[in-house]
Amino acid sequence: MRRWLLAAGAAIALAFGSGAADAQQRTRVTIYTALENEQLAPFKQAIEAAVPGVEVVWVRDSTGVITARVIAERENPRADMIMGLAASSLLMFEGMNLLEPYTPAGVDALKPAFRDSAPPATWTGMDAYLGVICFNTTEARRFNAPMPATWQDLTKPEFRGRLVMPHPASSGTGYLMVAMWLQQMGEEAGWRFMDALHENMAVYTHSGSAPCVQAARGERVAGISLDMRGARERTQGAPIEVIIPAEGTGWDMEATSIVRGTRNLEAARRIADWVATRQANELYSRFYAVVAYPGVTNTPANYPANAEARMFPNNFTWMADNRERILAEWSRRYESKAAPRN
Amino acid sequence: MSAVLQSSEDVLPTARRFITEQRVVAALVGLLCLALLVAIALPLWALLSKSFLNADGGFVGLANFARYFATPALVQSLINSVMVASLATCIVVPLAFTYAYALTRSCIPAKGLFYALALLPIFAPSLLPALSFIYIFGNQGFLKDLLFGATIYGPIGIVMAQVFYCLPHATMILVAALALSDGRLYEAAAALGTTRWRVFVTVTLPGARYGVVSAAVVVFTLVVTDFGIPKVIGGQFAVLATDAYKQVVGQQNFSMGAVVGMVLLVPAVLAFLVEQILKRRQVALLSARAVPYAPRPERRRDAALLLFCILVGGLVASILGVAVWASFIKYWPYNLSLTLSNYDFAEFEPDGWQPYFNSLKMAGLTALIGTPVIFLGAYLIEKAQAAALGRFFAHFLAMLPMAVPGLVLGLGYVFFFNAPWNPLGALYGTIAVLALNSLAHFYTVAHITAVTALKQIDGEFESVSASLKVPFWTTLRRVTVPICMPSLLDIAVYLFVNAMTTVSAVIFLYGPGTKLASIAVVHMDEAGAIAAAAAMATCIVVTAIAVKLLHLLLDAVLLSRLQRWRVRTG
Amino acid sequence: MTSLRFETVDAAAPRPAGASTAGASASPRAYLVVRGLTRRFGAFTALDRIDLEVRRGEFVCFLGPSGCGKTTLLRAIAGLDRQDEGRIEIGGRDVSHAPPADRDFGIVFQSYALFPNLTVDDNVAYGLVNRRRPRAEIAARVKELLALVGLPDQGAKFPVQLSGGQQQRVALARALATSPGLLLLDEPLSALDARVRLHLREEIRALQNRLGVTTIMVTHDQEEALAMADRIVVMNHGVIEQVGTPEEIYRTPASAFVADFVGTMSFLDATVAAPGEIRVGARSLRVADGRALVPGCAARVGLRPEDVRVRGVHPDDENAFEATIEDVEFLGAFCRARLVARDAPGLALLADFSANLMRDVGVEVGKTLLVALPPDALRVFVRSSPMADEASAS
Repeated sequence: MRRWLLAAGAAIALAFGSGAADAQQRTRVTIYTALENEQLAPFKQAIEAAVPGVEVVWVRDSTGVITARVIAERENPRADMIMGLAASSLLMFEGMNLLEPYTPAGVDALKPAFRDSAPPATWTGMDAYLGVICFNTTEARRFNAPMPATWQDLTKPEFRGRLVMPHPASSGTGYLMVAMWLQQMGEEAGWRFMDALHENMAVYTHSGSAPCVQAARGERVAGISLDMRGARERTQGAPIEVIIPAEGTGWDMEATSIVRGTRNLEAARRIADWVATRQANELYSRFYAVVAYPGVTNTPANYPANAEARMFPNNFTWMADNRERILAEWSRRYESKAAPRN
Repeated sequence: MSAVLQSSEDVLPTARRFITEQRVVAALVGLLCLALLVAIALPLWALLSKSFLNADGGFVGLANFARYFATPALVQSLINSVMVASLATCIVVPLAFTYAYALTRSCIPAKGLFYALALLPIFAPSLLPALSFIYIFGNQGFLKDLLFGATIYGPIGIVMAQVFYCLPHATMILVAALALSDGRLYEAAAALGTTRWRVFVTVTLPGARYGVVSAAVVVFTLVVTDFGIPKVIGGQFAVLATDAYKQVVGQQNFSMGAVVGMVLLVPAVLAFLVEQILKRRQVALLSARAVPYAPRPERRRDAALLLFCILVGGLVASILGVAVWASFIKYWPYNLSLTLSNYDFAEFEPDGWQPYFNSLKMAGLTALIGTPVIFLGAYLIEKAQAAALGRFFAHFLAMLPMAVPGLVLGLGYVFFFNAPWNPLGALYGTIAVLALNSLAHFYTVAHITAVTALKQIDGEFESVSASLKVPFWTTLRRVTVPICMPSLLDIAVYLFVNAMTTVSAVIFLYGPGTKLASIAVVHMDEAGAIAAAAAMATCIVVTAIAVKLLHLLLDAVLLSRLQRWRVRTG
Repeated sequence: MTSLRFETVDAAAPRPAGASTAGASASPRAYLVVRGLTRRFGAFTALDRIDLEVRRGEFVCFLGPSGCGKTTLLRAIAGLDRQDEGRIEIGGRDVSHAPPADRDFGIVFQSYALFPNLTVDDNVAYGLVNRRRPRAEIAARVKELLALVGLPDQGAKFPVQLSGGQQQRVALARALATSPGLLLLDEPLSALDARVRLHLREEIRALQNRLGVTTIMVTHDQEEALAMADRIVVMNHGVIEQVGTPEEIYRTPASAFVADFVGTMSFLDATVAAPGEIRVGARSLRVADGRALVPGCAARVGLRPEDVRVRGVHPDDENAFEATIEDVEFLGAFCRARLVARDAPGLALLADFSANLMRDVGVEVGKTLLVALPPDALRVFVRSSPMADEASAS
């Protein structure tokens, strides 16, 4: 008996003791994020170096999940900050009064589009990401699928069952694409286009980068996905072309906010200050072609050259205001037909 | 002889001490009930009540259920789940039956090896076979052509992976059922000149029919409630388990998630009831006089069964092997050179290797705390005299998790520990709550193991110690625990391995810094990093198998050194 | 039944008049006193207002078929099961609500209940270690006890290495180690082979004689009870049927149940014809029963097989008649025959013949013998009053 108790006690001490000792020295700041997995470690390192006494704890998931989670937890918020989440989601939170107003020091240096100009300022822009088509040329040859030049090209029968895109309810990339098609083509034509696209779609993935990975591995012929992932997979040797169709493509901005009711407000403010610095933006630019700080550029290898030019004039407010309605309609149209397709 | 006769002065009234003893029992039973309430009953109650509330916490009666059944997509998932589970059951049970038949009723060589092969999947998270099948039959799979153009993403892939995942469970049940046979019936049949097929139909099948039904019930429940496989290989084919995930994690729609949880509870509870009824009927199937059946060699039958076992056992090992192999491949399918880079988890996963260590910590904690708690609980329930009502209640609570799928229990935990009014809310997302959840999820089997071990011990030990004025805890320490040591090890290893591989219960529960290895597999697969997912799954398998091997070694040492008293000679 | 129970208790422990009511102080010699003990399991009454006294140093057997309540009674005395009502005194102390540890008894079970992971020495010392005695003293005591039960050099072995009989001796030594005032034996011999059982029962009896420890043994084996006990308590359906010495129980069973359960007895359905006379079918038989039996009463008449007279019977002897041998069962030292009266087919009974007698009389199936039933060997058990009999007939 006694030996068991001792062992159990030791185990408990082991499990909690180490953590407790750490927590006493540093402030644990829980940050909800939709940043890509590989970005989290360097971001954490950079923040903890720039803001001493802070320990960053990530809760990472897709844009849609983080968005839903913040809304669900609004009575009992568990996040201190939100970082790297789509601006359209943050605008929605602002409307729900979930964000703590704060204007970081040095925010004026950022490009105007990346600043929250309507007071109270609740978010700070970091970078922009856009949707691209990852097109596997090896697989395309096998199926005689032509290289798409426009969005409409993806509805061709050669792509039937060989397309993949992110689920707009869970992925930010998925939603910005849907929002773009609806804004660009008009609602009626936009839905009609998606009806046709749906016929070709093999699967809607949970994350925004997975479609490009699947296309890169030849699992699918083409995937609608995050721009940076396309460049990265190609650089790693995948036989893919990263394409931005001629009509232009959807994009969203990733931004940072402080959650209202955080118990670590001071630490959160200092992290928000860091978000607007040049050093921070230089870090973003390792992963994003377009960042908030003017003059910081680091276009990665194999990044489509015409990207900035083909960013379609996005209306974030419209995206935020119509998010629930669009997702409900999308789900009604495409989720009830959950039968397998090939 | 005077010494024997002398009535020594130490035979003094010790009533006070014994009353304390009874109080200790009552207090411990009370504690046990409280712990089981928090770990099992209250989360389930939270789930139940949540399904009757709307998003703002108002009571809406059956409105959520009405909405559920009015949503074609959700009803379709229900149909899909039942279909996939039925199909998998129809494949697994005959497969496992033949396999178990070969192991128990034939003279094939290397039975131990074949049994071990069939049990391999137990040590893997359910995600692993799904990952393997993507490599084998995916659009870039090396055996893709065997599917004749059909896609692996969907019911076909789910069923295939579930067959792998459920095979050990069905095999274990059927081996046990077929091993329990009365050799005299076969001798009688042979004496009457009965044909082999008739013997099979009239003796073998009836003898094992409860095993068959039980295996079918277990497999069906496992498939319906498994989350990992449809998540990885289900494609657009929605099932109940992925719906629950989508509702709760994807859309944070807790009410609808609770409804899906309740729907998931239905087949599991039905299956549980069927099993209970069967168990009651099975009593005295075998008389004490039964002679164990000893198979005689029969060349053609043995050759056929050996071939079958090589095929099935080989397939199981290969499927496992594919995931391991794939985890070392640089860039499937374009660059097949081998690399360790997929094990550099920091490249794919914010916490790097941390989830693996979290899993080790969580599984270790589950085993270290769970084993003494479960054993002490079983001891109180089985052997104590006081607090009869409390012991009955505790036993009921201990049996409850058997009927509750991990996913459902996990949902219950979300609702219970996340509720703003709950003072235990601080535990939400900690390793402690993950361990508690795993402990609760796997409580029943461990509890039954402990009770079975305790039942085999002479029921009069407690009476003897009372007559000798020795308190029960002394006898527990000096006699009961040493006798049950092998069972205690069994329980600890069972808890560790299951806590290590579980996905469905914990997917909702992890918090910042406490992501587990199995969840990391899900996330890496979600992000498309399938090779890294396979690598992490490989780490889990290797750890679980290593722990099992350690267990076997420890058991051997225990038997030869410390448990000398079990052996007649010496 | 109720009156019978009071009778038997009175007979067992004669006390001054007026001292027999429950709750009153017991006779000075009584070591264990049980008063009005009742135990129910749901609707089933396992013990129904049991009264009993056991004298100091006495060896008492509880005898009865399974389910009669004998083990329940033993466990209630030990405190292992609680009674619903009633009172238990041990050594003059009321222990009705005392826990087992406060009752001062040692117990031996049918299953031995030895701790398998402890050596024989450790098993015997189990109750001593807890009393914080010096190690040497404990060792000496263990040695003494093992010598006492005839296992002087087996202390280092584990129970699994001993035979059943040896294990039960160890259990006995363990129970005696703490010098309890009361030794309780719960079917201690039932799990053993027939020969070992015979041997060990003699040893237990001798040991008890030597130590003088008050002992209660539960058994369903009437032969064991007859051989070992000072007094036997015969139980059935939760009540005591009779308490008496083995001789009394065998010779003058208080009820048909006792008569049937202890030893073998043939039963005949009969009617009381007159005081001292009964009728079985067409034949009337003389009985030497002192009671004033009411004529017309239905009764059962019992006779032990060994009491049937066949040697030197004269046709004019009391209760003599001709009987045919229907069947003979060979039982080794003697044979048991089934006899049927020639003129009254309802008069069928068993008779034992020694090997000698078999030869002398020439016992074989189909043969007719002249037999006599000694009136003092016929036991009459009244079934009902004539009124009740008529009521049931109409």
